[in-house]
Amino acid sequence: MKPAPFDWHAPTTLAEAASLLARLAPEDGRVLAGGQSLLPAMALRVARPPHLVDINRVAGLDVLAVEGGLLRIGAVVRHVAFEKPVAPGPLGALLAEVVRHIAHWPIRQRGTFCGSLCHADPAAEWPLVAVVLEAVMLAHSLRGDRRIAAVDFLRGLLDTALAPDELLRGVEIPLLPQDACWGFVEVSRRAGDFAQAMALVVLRLDAQGRIVTPRVGIGGVEAVPRRLAVVEAVLEGQTPSAALFAAAAEAAAGAVDPMEDAAYRRALTRTVTLRALHQACPA
Amino acid sequence: MKDHALTLTVNGAAHRITVPARRSLADALREDCGLTGTHLGCEHGVCGACTVLVDGAPIRACLMLAVQAEGAEIRTVEGLASGGTLNPLQQAFTDHHALQCGFCTPGFLMLATAMLEENPAMEEAEMVDRLSANLCRCTGYTNILRAVQAVAAARR
Amino acid sequence: MSVFGQSVMRLEDAPLLRGEGAFAADIDFPRQIHMRVVRAEMAHARLVSVDVTPALDLPGVIAAWSAADVAEVPPIPFRATKVRGLEPYCQPILAQGRVRYVGEPVAVIFAEDAAVAEDAADLVLVELEELPALLDAAAEPTDFDATRNTEPTIVRKSYGELDAAFRDAHVVVALDLAIGRHSGVPMETRGAIARYDAAQDVLELHGTAKKQHWNRDEIARLLGRAPSSVHLFEGHVGGGFGVRGELYPEDLLVCLAALRLRRPVKWIEDRREHLVATNHSREQRHRIRAAVDAEGRILAIDNVFFHDQGAYIRTHGARVADMSAGLLLGPYRVPAYRATGHFRLTNKTPAATYRSPGRFEGSFVRERLMDAIAARCGLDRVEVRRRNFVDVSEMPYARPLDALGTDVVLDSGDYALLLDKALARFGWDARVADVARRRAAGESVGLGLGVFVEKSGLGPSDGVRMTVDATGAVELVTGAASVGQGVETALAQIAAAALGVDYRRVRVVRGRTDRIEFGSGAHASRVTVMSGSATHQAGLALAALAKQTAAALLQTPEDALEIVDGVVRRVDTPEGASVTLGEVARALAPGTKLSRDRATPGLTVESWFHSDHMAYPYGVHLAQVALDRGTGQVKVEHYLVGYDVGRAVNPMLVEGQIAGGFAQGLGGALYEEFRYDERGQPLSTTFADYLMPTIAEMPPLDILVTEDAPSPLNPIGVKGAGEGGTNAVGAAIASAVDDALGGRGQVTQLPIMPRDVLRFLAEGAA
Repeated sequence: MKPAPFDWHAPTTLAEAASLLARLAPEDGRVLAGGQSLLPAMALRVARPPHLVDINRVAGLDVLAVEGGLLRIGAVVRHVAFEKPVAPGPLGALLAEVVRHIAHWPIRQRGTFCGSLCHADPAAEWPLVAVVLEAVMLAHSLRGDRRIAAVDFLRGLLDTALAPDELLRGVEIPLLPQDACWGFVEVSRRAGDFAQAMALVVLRLDAQGRIVTPRVGIGGVEAVPRRLAVVEAVLEGQTPSAALFAAAAEAAAGAVDPMEDAAYRRALTRTVTLRALHQACPA
Repeated sequence: MKDHALTLTVNGAAHRITVPARRSLADALREDCGLTGTHLGCEHGVCGACTVLVDGAPIRACLMLAVQAEGAEIRTVEGLASGGTLNPLQQAFTDHHALQCGFCTPGFLMLATAMLEENPAMEEAEMVDRLSANLCRCTGYTNILRAVQAVAAARR
Repeated sequence: MSVFGQSVMRLEDAPLLRGEGAFAADIDFPRQIHMRVVRAEMAHARLVSVDVTPALDLPGVIAAWSAADVAEVPPIPFRATKVRGLEPYCQPILAQGRVRYVGEPVAVIFAEDAAVAEDAADLVLVELEELPALLDAAAEPTDFDATRNTEPTIVRKSYGELDAAFRDAHVVVALDLAIGRHSGVPMETRGAIARYDAAQDVLELHGTAKKQHWNRDEIARLLGRAPSSVHLFEGHVGGGFGVRGELYPEDLLVCLAALRLRRPVKWIEDRREHLVATNHSREQRHRIRAAVDAEGRILAIDNVFFHDQGAYIRTHGARVADMSAGLLLGPYRVPAYRATGHFRLTNKTPAATYRSPGRFEGSFVRERLMDAIAARCGLDRVEVRRRNFVDVSEMPYARPLDALGTDVVLDSGDYALLLDKALARFGWDARVADVARRRAAGESVGLGLGVFVEKSGLGPSDGVRMTVDATGAVELVTGAASVGQGVETALAQIAAAALGVDYRRVRVVRGRTDRIEFGSGAHASRVTVMSGSATHQAGLALAALAKQTAAALLQTPEDALEIVDGVVRRVDTPEGASVTLGEVARALAPGTKLSRDRATPGLTVESWFHSDHMAYPYGVHLAQVALDRGTGQVKVEHYLVGYDVGRAVNPMLVEGQIAGGFAQGLGGALYEEFRYDERGQPLSTTFADYLMPTIAEMPPLDILVTEDAPSPLNPIGVKGAGEGGTNAVGAAIASAVDDALGGRGQVTQLPIMPRDVLRFLAEGAA
């Protein structure tokens, strides 16, 4: 299980990385960030890129900062960085909870937030987070920067809107309001395994205790994580209750179209939605 | 596909090596530096037998290229003991019968080293979560946890 | 105090803790080259052609072979079967004419570098014409080749008046049960490094395990050499569990290459290969019926089962199916019995033994049956077992059955006593009450049990040579092997206790054919019983020789002497005149006066232990589980293994064996399965797909080791400890999950999958 041969390129500036990609992408050159998905695929020879453009030495890609109401995450920020809150309020806490579900601690030392989005594994956590939190992707190439909404970026199973010569230089996530409530629940076979189903719920309660702007996303079930509008509609304007959450969970189970093992994954969708809602907001 | 000449700093010693880009850090440690204590159990990042510390962080040496490790401080199982004396974690592993075949042991020792350096006051649940990164097929894990807890208790 | 029975520290640990082990991949020789195997990518196909020439063109490639290049090497034979006529189903070292499973070796590459060998393997052109894949051992057999079908044999065992028993039964309980395909999967993959020493005309194979002497003899025979010109060496072994150390195609290929290419040849299996190439195990389907009287006593058992052997018959022959039939009945009295084992080939990786082979499967089947009998007769699950136990007064208890070529005679055991002890330690009654309370509150919790009899100490013979050198250091040379379980420590303890030295002064040499003429390796929980007994005898004989010699040196009667901490001294005046064992050894050196009275000089003895019957340890597993009603996941909340090992040489090591064995059983009960798609493509080819338990899946585990029934069959009373932790995990967890579901008998297969549990919960609610 040794990778097929390749040439390794280690640019130190973004411009250099972009020109390398422009030159090598047509030959199936790939970006190497954390490598925790790409290198196993190469060891198994499922992936055989003849060139790797290693962005770990590119200056400025390790940015992790809050500015202008946004959390900016550079291309080489590792999962482990999120284990302690990186943003004020609910967003930092939410990311710190979610990150504990990503593989295992040593993998989190190298794997990157942006790499996970580029890999677009439907069972991965960050794509679900990006979709539910309406993150924006910053794609960079010799043609310049391009901003892509997460929902447009994630196109399918292991498929994104990134052009072959583009590099995901960073992601921006809007901060959550201080009063935002959230819940995240994941089911996997063993600790650290990929999700069989996961739900991320974010909502607020108005002064009357009614749910406003609920966001409910499901990952691990379909080819791409997505928000379920029908479930959000069930919740909008309602007062939290066990019955309401059960109805929402039922709606979620009905709304998904699982890739495999449909009956079981629907049942898991119901369970994770219900539990995430209860976590977000004690009924 | 050119070879790369580089220097790896392992347990404080410099190793001047020449490797192709595809050589993993684990293979470089084993084949080029002669440090075969780092084991390969899966080569796809799941089993943790190849866990080493790179600048203090526990990583899978099978999922890092040797060329990426230049300039980093690498620590492996060979660096734990001082001369003939096992370090406290190694000693705890033998005292608590935390190894049988010993193949996974270097990976667990390095993982636990990183855990204890990060936070010796870790709760048991947190320890279990961290240790779940590595696979052992002989011990059933219980004694590995006991060994790590014993060292943690002594450090607090 | 004797070191026998003490939990002393292991002798093996230091190099393993320091990264100084010598596992297969750690072994290198100057000028070595690397082998890579090209494997079949279809489950069943006609092998039209193999073209290795593109691989030969790659720089760094030295040779490439397909079946035609190794035609003179016969297929790999059996070492363990009494069943005749299985030879046509042996595996050739490279596929000939057909491929029969994904992963079957089709060609081999030899190159200067392991990565280049892998590059070259990708270039080999293999032309296949796909044939229908047979994946269900219970389906009608199809053709294996032009003249044979896929049922090489049927294993049949029976005794008693079966028909009458079923005719007279109060009730007949029938179950259809299945055990999933899983295996040992040691953390170290296989490896083999062959070197031909032309100067001495000796072929060496390194990285070996388990069965060095038999493998040496067969490698020599298959390659047309004298056994004395072939030597096998064992370094560290990264777990065995039954699968590692059997003779595989790769072992022969590296040897053949070392002879032909005149360079050392190294092969290290990668993990994906391991999961399709190394022996699988366990997959069986049982249709079992029991005739039972009104009190829940078994009158007869009739079991028809289908054993999924995979594509070829490997070194074990039909042994696992044979054990499934011969050892099914466990601790129970069964007046009439019939087993019909359909030994079937399918287009999957060949199967063989894995820790507690035939018994993990059989205990699941038997204990599901006992639960079903209890439910059917309205009896408590514990009580129905008690009523059917073979009683301690009946020991030794001979069943009219055989297994592993020897009659099944349960040597000793008090099954009811161990069950009582285990239930008390587990707090069974309190847990029954607690479970009832939690169920009333809406939880799905349950308790389960599995009672079993293991087997160990397979004979017929084992020998050791024990020598004290001039410095007083003891060398124990054994034909046993180590798979990492603590063999050196256990044998050193036995030797030290018998001789009278510090166990740390005993160096155990194992797994080497160049140091001892005969050996049986390490398998079937046999080492402590067989090699341990030989060691004990050798230690006593060596002590006697030392005393006899010292008597002459000290001018003291032999029977007035004792040996303590390596010193021979007078019992009555320990501070008086004495000699060390080293001095005794020097007095027996070649040429000395005393040595001339003996056949061989030196303070050395060789001792052999022989046994015609196995020793049968026995155990009880108890489990408490909770089901997640939203996900179907099973959480094992508490687990107890009670195991009687006769006598424990080192209780710490025994408990270690049980804990590790339990974790593997847990894997087979809840997580691990080799799955295939409908065309026979394996789906569990990485550790992301083949799910072994991590520490997070381990429940609180309590271990109760008892010594109530020492074996009368050996001088130290021991029974093997290696497999009891695994044996009944599937049984006990299935019992507990079924109990949590309301005791409806819904759990009929392993592993128990969350999706099925969720379905069972829904069925129960409906």
